[in-house]
Amino acid sequence: MNFFLLSAIKAALVAAVLLTTLAYLQWVERKVIAHIQVRPGPYRVGPHGLLQPLADVIKLLTKEDLIPPHVNKLVYMMAPFLAIVTALFSIAVIPFGGEVQYPGGSTWMQLTDLNIGLLFVLAVSSVGVYGITLAGWASNNKYSLLGSLRSSAQMISYELPFSLAVAAPLLLANTLSLREMVQHQAGYYLGFIPRWNVFQGPMPQIVGLALFLIAAFAETNRIPFDLPEAENELVAGYHTEYSSMKFASFFMAEYANMITSCAMTTTLFLGGWLPLWPASAGSNYVPTAIFLLAGAFALYHGLHPARRKDRISLPVVAVVFFLLALMFAVPAVQTVLLPLFWFAAKTGFLLFVFIWVRGTLPRFRYDQLMAFAWKVMFPIAVVNLMLTAVMVELFS
Amino acid sequence: MDAILFLIFAVIAVVCGINVVVQSHPISSAISLIGVMGSLAVLYLLLGAEFLAAAQVIVYAGAIMVLFVFVIMLLNAGGETGRGRSFLAQLLGAPVLIAFLGLMAFFVQRLFPGTEMVQFGAFHGGTAQAVGRALFTQFLLPFEVISVLILIAVLGAIVLARKEFDR
Repeated sequence: MNFFLLSAIKAALVAAVLLTTLAYLQWVERKVIAHIQVRPGPYRVGPHGLLQPLADVIKLLTKEDLIPPHVNKLVYMMAPFLAIVTALFSIAVIPFGGEVQYPGGSTWMQLTDLNIGLLFVLAVSSVGVYGITLAGWASNNKYSLLGSLRSSAQMISYELPFSLAVAAPLLLANTLSLREMVQHQAGYYLGFIPRWNVFQGPMPQIVGLALFLIAAFAETNRIPFDLPEAENELVAGYHTEYSSMKFASFFMAEYANMITSCAMTTTLFLGGWLPLWPASAGSNYVPTAIFLLAGAFALYHGLHPARRKDRISLPVVAVVFFLLALMFAVPAVQTVLLPLFWFAAKTGFLLFVFIWVRGTLPRFRYDQLMAFAWKVMFPIAVVNLMLTAVMVELFS
Repeated sequence: MDAILFLIFAVIAVVCGINVVVQSHPISSAISLIGVMGSLAVLYLLLGAEFLAAAQVIVYAGAIMVLFVFVIMLLNAGGETGRGRSFLAQLLGAPVLIAFLGLMAFFVQRLFPGTEMVQFGAFHGGTAQAVGRALFTQFLLPFEVISVLILIAVLGAIVLARKEFDR
């Protein structure tokens, strides 16, 4: 098939999935936070608030797009654009699965495999600071400026442990290409412990994973590091003066960054699209089993309905789940769907951790945040990198 | 295709470079400088030096320019209020610039006579492996000297920052 056509199709697919995930991640976050705080969360728009993202989009689109008179117009308009573009950029190098055969050729489930893939992600994330920084400055507002100053200081500081944590798995895999990085993590110790970088000898990257995740929290400005938009100190931080879709694009950028960070963690430390245990021990049937269980659960509650409408809606849901289970059981599509399932499962779990932490931890004080980056994380990252280098040199 | 991309990004680099000097507000100058860095990275990429391109973006566009912008914002530097060019600059600016460019062109011609045209895609030594090998074998001494130089700069910064606490 034509290279350009193929790339266009893949890009369209990835963009569609990414943007849908982006919209629904917010719904998931609101639901999870709500359940952590023992309340139902969004419930009115559609069943269980499932249409809430759509309603939000319509609300944001139809709001008046204000441009305050005191702003630096060009930079003010440019900043949200910059934020969202850099946030969506790095998904291009992340591998979602192995090679796929189609009539007349084969392609990888990845937009492009750069031989500097990892550096590309680092480069894009280091440029991502500008969106927030310039937004705060262009708004010509004290609180916005304070927010963006905090944000840039924080992101510069956490870039260090972030990059050092990334360097350690690099030493293990000896490649910068993300696809080769995942392929390097294939295989199992003793037949059941996956050779992912978190478990891989000679130096398991458990510390590296923790450092990377913590730095990712800071890089995405999430609680407990959400100082740039601390609402009780700074009104709303860098996006105080923004409205309508410009405001929304900052939120989209935050969620896109979250997704990218989780996908990167999965790729670098958790074996990308590789299953948790070998296919010989039945890892191919995990998605089928999960969907069958979910379907059976829905069917049971449909047969013993708590409300009248459950008698119809829940069996419908059950049928959908059974169909999904059937889909994962067909050997022909398994080669495509299983890697995607494992990749999505790991990334989804990490996203859940992000939300879970938001529901659990309070915000750091600013001096604590800086001291933590420079006095705790940075030394640990350096020691981890040096130990990994020594171990790799000695044992392989 | 490569030549077109080269032209586009070369023009962007030059325009942004001129804009750095022309703009009166430091933030606008800094943003233009980021544009220069970014388009230089693309030019490296076109020449086959992908590691250098990534390093250019990470170090210059990502780290150094963020610090520039950060400091400008922290000091809250406003737009330039000076009266503009002095009489001497108005008189000598253009001739000196032309003379300088001519001199540069002359030296390049004398130093690299008859060098063939750059071929896009002909150079393959720009991977991380190749650069790393070159740095740690052929150019080990300059590399180490530069790291000592940077270490001295870091120490200097620490000494400057600590001065107030010790007394």
